[in-house]
Amino acid sequence: MPRLPWRVAKLVEIRQETATARTLVFQIPGWPGHLAGQHVDVRLTAPDGYSTERSYSVAAPEQGDRVELTVELVPDGEVSPYLLEILEVGDEVEIRGPVGGWFVWRPDHTTPVLLVAGGSGVVPLMAMIRARRAAGSSAPFRLIYSVREPDQRFYLDELANPDPGLDIAYLFTRKTPDGWARPPGRITQADLTGASTDIDSYVCGPTGFVEAAADHLIALGHAPDRIRTERFGPTGG
Amino acid sequence: MGIVSRGFFGRRREEDVKLPPGQYLTHDFPVLSAGPTPRIGLDRWEFAIDTELGETHRWSWPELLALPSETPTVDLHCVTKWSKLGTGWQGVSLDVLMENVETGAEYALAYSYGGYTTNLPLEDLLDGKAWIAYKYDGDDLEPRHGGPARLLVPHLYLWKSAKWVRGIRLMNEDWPGFWETAGYHNYGDPWREQRYQGD
Repeated sequence: MPRLPWRVAKLVEIRQETATARTLVFQIPGWPGHLAGQHVDVRLTAPDGYSTERSYSVAAPEQGDRVELTVELVPDGEVSPYLLEILEVGDEVEIRGPVGGWFVWRPDHTTPVLLVAGGSGVVPLMAMIRARRAAGSSAPFRLIYSVREPDQRFYLDELANPDPGLDIAYLFTRKTPDGWARPPGRITQADLTGASTDIDSYVCGPTGFVEAAADHLIALGHAPDRIRTERFGPTGG
Repeated sequence: MGIVSRGFFGRRREEDVKLPPGQYLTHDFPVLSAGPTPRIGLDRWEFAIDTELGETHRWSWPELLALPSETPTVDLHCVTKWSKLGTGWQGVSLDVLMENVETGAEYALAYSYGGYTTNLPLEDLLDGKAWIAYKYDGDDLEPRHGGPARLLVPHLYLWKSAKWVRGIRLMNEDWPGFWETAGYHNYGDPWREQRYQGD
């Protein structure tokens, strides 16, 4: 198998998602395509040759040579402040991928799916939701999306009118919208009940969130080998 | 050298350390696993070495702890780009566990509670290069980091250091493990940046 090459990626579109996150749409000539849930490596190089790399999940399914990433600011990070505050339309970085053949959803899967997102862990799960829509799939999807506060939700407008067969529940850990029934708090077993256990689950978020959510699912009778996880720590730059 | 990204200057590392290509330094200990964290009771825990001749050598938890241990200080390099330097472990060298194991096998497949597998040449487990580690930083190894015991093979990317290790199968032929069949490199040397198939 040939080496995955670094390709030049030109930024063609920016969408602000929250005060600290934005979606970056790159055009990458020769892009081989990808599956929802996969990630890419981004490489930045300075004029003196210094370079550094980070991995980011892709936020949308394959669409020709366009690759969308949603990047959240990591305070004190080396790469995300550049991607969020300096990079402009027309600028170039290098990207290689796609990477990861496990945390993926394929459009021909008809099994019901539970997506559990903590914070920016929603990014690869949004790629799955968009892949489902693009394929016209009727596989039942449920998204449980936990954020600290209402204004930290990504893709708010798009998720406000969910596709048929896509059910969305928000959890707020620190502050809820006015009149919200569930008090603010971390994800509990009760937040995950109601679904059949005959489903495939994808859980993505910070380590503590993923550990808790996966443990709850197992306690509810979900088979461990049907729970796919992707974790990220406080670093990631 | 790659193309220069306008306006990127990077943050030079404060520490004067040499990292494998494409890695950056972290002081945290991030967690990466493909599924939920398995919980294994120590009364049921065992570690096994299965040979290509059909023999199995087993150790219970007390038997493992009774073996002579070492306290290696090693650098960790994760394929997701972070490196953590100078981590302190306690565990039993594979040289000790292999002492009475008769084998002519060249390949090993580590397998874990929870179903994870990873493959590597047997020689990468020998001569002081690998341990079954049960303490990290002086404390019992936490489940999220692979406790009660994990394989520690720090000269390869960290996915080769199978968490929740349950045994090692010795084989005459190479048998790709979990990530190795999901697009990652078969060997995984961080200094040669062998992240993905074809690297």
